[in-house]
Amino acid sequence: MSAPTYAIALTVNGEAVEATVEARKNLVDFLREDLGLTGSHVGCEHGVCGACTVRVDGAVVRGCLMLAAQCDGARVETIEGVSDAGEVADLQAAFEKRNALQCGYCTPGMLLTAQELLKNGRIDRAAIREHLSGNYCRCTGYQAIVDAVESVARARGRL
Amino acid sequence: MKPAAFVYARARSLDEAIALLREAPGEARLLAGGQSLMPALNMRLDAPKLVIDINGIGLDGISRKNGQVEIGALTRHATAERSAIVADMAPLIAKAMPHIGHPAIRNRGTVGGSIANADPAAELPACLLALDGEVEIAGPAGRRAVKAGDFFKGLYETALGDEDVLTAIRVPAASADRRYGFGELCRRHGDYALVGLAASARADGQRLQDVRLAFFGVGATPVRARKAEAALAAGSVDDAVAALDLAPGDDVHASGAYKKHAAGVLLRRVATELAA
Repeated sequence: MSAPTYAIALTVNGEAVEATVEARKNLVDFLREDLGLTGSHVGCEHGVCGACTVRVDGAVVRGCLMLAAQCDGARVETIEGVSDAGEVADLQAAFEKRNALQCGYCTPGMLLTAQELLKNGRIDRAAIREHLSGNYCRCTGYQAIVDAVESVARARGRL
Repeated sequence: MKPAAFVYARARSLDEAIALLREAPGEARLLAGGQSLMPALNMRLDAPKLVIDINGIGLDGISRKNGQVEIGALTRHATAERSAIVADMAPLIAKAMPHIGHPAIRNRGTVGGSIANADPAAELPACLLALDGEVEIAGPAGRRAVKAGDFFKGLYETALGDEDVLTAIRVPAASADRRYGFGELCRRHGDYALVGLAASARADGQRLQDVRLAFFGVGATPVRARKAEAALAAGSVDDAVAALDLAPGDDVHASGAYKKHAAGVLLRRVATELAA
């Protein structure tokens, strides 16, 4: 069976994109391989590690658990767009200041996931830990990441 | 890994989804939130010929009708988690929601998908059983309702046929005399449970009646511990723990003996919630 393909039209970081994709191509592979947006990383490919985190229609999702073909008409945002827009500049600065990353593989997913929490009401340290529980970091032991998110929460008046 | 090749079809209506299922009997899969199907495809545990995307066919929404709470199959977990109707009228489901996966998973995963997938360690099937709820199914011959006790047949096996679509779940709306408890033990918050317990009961003065203890992660389906239910209704948590009629097997996460012990620990915790 030849691999069936599908035409999709979506916006990625505010730019209109039209592409033809194989049905089986997942969103994060499409972003990385077809669009060259390699800030979203590929880890476990079954939804456990959170390295592939992106936003679809404003909500954080696993890029490995959606098909690109499903994103016809969707608004996709990646770390490149969110970073360039300055939306997470304070969070990025806090991660750097507190050494909340070493290799950086998990960081794009951490930032997008933390940003979703920081936009929703008041939080505490336990809520930060719970919210980030779906994002693996193999370097830091998480303490510095939670510290960084907490400091931004305080600065933004969310704590 | 990457999925094997398949044909992708986006259904525009329930009828079209059923018609598409009939085109590839047994070799088509419905794609709802995809949070269980996509891992199975990525790991090639499953390799269907046809994937039918049902995200565009409606079937979402939460309502109260005829003393029941109805949750449309395509309602995202995140939506149910934030729903005032679920919080007020289906508090057991509200208690379970934060335990289901992680925020990014709950943003995509659907209530109907969790029920239809019937993972033995998943939260919602046990909630449905503890609440004596039912699922609504649409198929080529029309619609039917199936009680939770008849729906979960075996490991990932349900009353759904190859040409059926689960369209909604319904649970009895909470009332002042109803008590609910929920707990689970897992290695990392949001992971599938090593052992979990969804429970409901009716308070009658200081006593509990209609106790329903639905354990998950301890068998092929959510399992009621009926002897423990009777002992709890008779008034003794110690007797209920001693009477726990569960026989969990060993798996990659824990031994059966450990799971049995953990089930007793959970029962004590959840019994406190039921008594409150």
